Amino acid sequence: MTTSTTKTTAPAAEQRGIVPLPAPFARLLVAVGAVATIASTFLAWTWDSEFPGDLTVTGYPAGLQTLALVAGALTLLYALAGYGIRGLGWLNPGGSNNPVLLAAFSAFAVVWYTAIAISYDLGGLANLEPGAVVAAVASLLPVVGALALPHPGRSLRDHIAKPDGIPAAAPLPSWAQRLIISLATALGLVVFTYGIGVNDEESETFIGLLLLVLFGSMALFAAGLFERFTELNARHKGFATTAVFLAAVIFPFTQSEDHNANLGANILIFGTVALGLNIVVGLTGLLDLGYVAFLGVGAYAAALVSGSEFSRFSGVQVPFWAAALIGMGASLVFGVIIGAPTLRLRGDYLAIVTLGFGEIFRITVNNLDGGSGPNLTNGPNGISQIPDLEIFGFNLGAAHDIAGRTIGRFGNYLFLMLLITALIVLVFNRAANSRIGRSWIAIREDETAATAMGINGFRVKLIAFALGASLAGLAGTVFAHVNYSVVPSPFQFAGAAPPNSAFLLAAVVLGGMGTVSGPLLGASLLYLIPEKLSFLKEYELFGFGVALILLMRFRPEGIVANRRSQLEFHETGQLDVPEQGLPDTTVGVTKAEA
Amino acid sequence: MTTTIAPSPVLEASGVTMRFGGLTAVRNVDLTVNSGEIVGLIGPNGAGKTTFFNCLTGLYVPTEGKVSYKGTVLPPKPHLVTQAGIARTFQNIRLFANMTVLENVLVGRHTRTKEGLWSALLRGPGFKKAEAKSRERAMELLEFIGLQHKADHLARNLPYGEQRKLEIARALASEPGLLLLDEPTAGMNPQETRATEELVFAIRDMGIAVLVIEHDMRFIFNLCDRVTVLMQGEKLVEGTSDVVQGDERVIAAYLGEPFEGAPGDEEVAEVEAAAAAAEGADASPEAGDAPAAPADEAPAGTPEAETEDAETASPEADAQGKTRTEGDSQ
Repeated sequence: MTTSTTKTTAPAAEQRGIVPLPAPFARLLVAVGAVATIASTFLAWTWDSEFPGDLTVTGYPAGLQTLALVAGALTLLYALAGYGIRGLGWLNPGGSNNPVLLAAFSAFAVVWYTAIAISYDLGGLANLEPGAVVAAVASLLPVVGALALPHPGRSLRDHIAKPDGIPAAAPLPSWAQRLIISLATALGLVVFTYGIGVNDEESETFIGLLLLVLFGSMALFAAGLFERFTELNARHKGFATTAVFLAAVIFPFTQSEDHNANLGANILIFGTVALGLNIVVGLTGLLDLGYVAFLGVGAYAAALVSGSEFSRFSGVQVPFWAAALIGMGASLVFGVIIGAPTLRLRGDYLAIVTLGFGEIFRITVNNLDGGSGPNLTNGPNGISQIPDLEIFGFNLGAAHDIAGRTIGRFGNYLFLMLLITALIVLVFNRAANSRIGRSWIAIREDETAATAMGINGFRVKLIAFALGASLAGLAGTVFAHVNYSVVPSPFQFAGAAPPNSAFLLAAVVLGGMGTVSGPLLGASLLYLIPEKLSFLKEYELFGFGVALILLMRFRPEGIVANRRSQLEFHETGQLDVPEQGLPDTTVGVTKAEA
Repeated sequence: MTTTIAPSPVLEASGVTMRFGGLTAVRNVDLTVNSGEIVGLIGPNGAGKTTFFNCLTGLYVPTEGKVSYKGTVLPPKPHLVTQAGIARTFQNIRLFANMTVLENVLVGRHTRTKEGLWSALLRGPGFKKAEAKSRERAMELLEFIGLQHKADHLARNLPYGEQRKLEIARALASEPGLLLLDEPTAGMNPQETRATEELVFAIRDMGIAVLVIEHDMRFIFNLCDRVTVLMQGEKLVEGTSDVVQGDERVIAAYLGEPFEGAPGDEEVAEVEAAAAAAEGADASPEAGDAPAAPADEAPAGTPEAETEDAETASPEADAQGKTRTEGDSQ
């Protein structure tokens, strides 16, 4: 893993950077600027402690300054790696200058965003202490320096893209590979914990974190580290999955506030529902716009048998395993009822019909209040006061002391959801890598050809639809208990707060269709960002739209690309063109023909 | 019109008619394919060959007529037809582009395996055994077509010729008794065409009857035991290569019939006279016109002449073809 970067950059050295500076000087400029940025985070940036994070203290960094410090350190590391210092070569296996630029830009973005936010929030540039000015200048230097370094071309793409042909990593002992996976997972946990721990009032810090994570991960991607890491992950699949679940188990212990565990539990609920939708949309290619109805069916089914006094069957209280089975069963039945007549349709027609059924569900439960219909769901008031679950004598509503930490109500539900997530991930993986999973993908790729290969399209699609529905129903049973009550309003197509079908669909598409980690990642991003940026709440749907448009333009395969896993470390020299290289149009044409 | 009545027909189509509204695409076509036979289906563009194929494989429900496979009448559902033992390829390649080569063939095994959702979720020993067996069989097929080294490539990254082969392998994976090939050599260079020819013979030797649509006459007449000609949805003639090649109606279908009273003759005579005159007189004004006239005539040349041209130009064409396929693959 110690590829010398100076050697690999040498041939590209004829290409001058945009800023006309000699390369050695530029490199020095980056390093000096990075050091200065790090130093400046120890200064006071403003005098008013009103600004979130309290950046008034000279001596140690706080809030956004910590983020600037991390970005500065990243820049410094890449600057030093550019000098070919032994032991840092692994940082930049691709050997291009793009990661330096992106890292420098992450520091620049965080610092300048902070300075602008301070001036805006507190009313004027006068609120900036000299420390902020130092930081602003210091963070600009590495960007200028990095722009002076040679890049393959002049376009934006040449400055941010990952070079082709990342050399294979030097073979490491197995324990070292596992250690790297563990460290990366720990890093992920730290970032996630930091993000979720940001006070809801401190949107500024969260935006700073987003900037850092966005540009920082772009830098790591451009360096080729993501590629190598995916390779490692694929090699130690079981270990990597275990590490991620362990990290998720550790998470509640790191939180002093139960509120954050609530966010975690909700993320897992929506993540698992998105994973269920991924079977329908990502694997089978059926656009289901009313999927949230199945979550609702599961939630209502669980609420009805929960023993709540507002339930129609208020005397009935069944254990959780039975409630989960009832929820899944009810969703399954609804899935088949809705799927059987609609799955004969293709494409847009199916989308419209499922959209209609989703709305019908919401309107129906709204009206089953005894007035306009039989009393089953208590109408718009919903079923409230759902008691907490008790599993094997373990009351999920009460706080428990585990290993010296108090795990509150939401922490308990987080653990329960983790078990369910593990189950759903297992189901997804096993179903996808089997005869039935292959036939789903075949139907997504070309339904006519799939039927000509002997696949009973309708049957196979119905299985996907029913499986997706029952997984959503399972998540719905927990959803009902976590939120104390079930009301019809969240189960709509698009709304301000999740769950709604648009949210779930956006999570799948944004995260990456057909992958396991994609929808989970998408759901956490889409849930956390509006949660932490309270001023964005009214613009959430607008934000979804913008995010999806940008994504479709720049990364149509989603954040987590769905490549067949073997291909990633298969050195065949083939071009793996992302989705746009697909002869999609011809497929459409031939479909129309046959 | 059938020439021979063989002891074991694999496919029997009788009176197949397909109407789209007022248009009759296929009219009352009978076709029999016997075991161990390669039957060709030719006809000019728009003759209804692919429509007839779609009727055979259940993609279309024929308006009239019935199709039976080894004596049992086929239901008009594509997946049931495949299950019964008829596999097909498509005129425009329809692989599962984002699946690997191996997965494409594994999808072809769908009807010959039974594992459902539950066994996939529980992953019992039966599931693993069936999966391993499917993989083994798929790899055998990939070896048969010579793509085993590309098993993990995405299908869309294969060069054109290999995609065609993969489609055949995918069809073979369903262990068919009859294979329907829809223009298997379209867009191939002569060498690839020859390779396909050998592949089809090898498939026949495996005991699979083959029905093939093709426009490449050399390919068809080399390959097929019998050839059926469709023309405007109707069966024109059926017989061995020689019979079909010699049939005037077939030539007429492909080249057009001479007009009544031969209106072109006068012009031809005129041109010939002019040419003779030009030869006689050294520097006559007609000399300018004379060479132009035969050039006009050239497009009406026989197809044999054209294929001959293609044949002589083949070395260069091969080289070009190769670079082109390489270019396509990227």
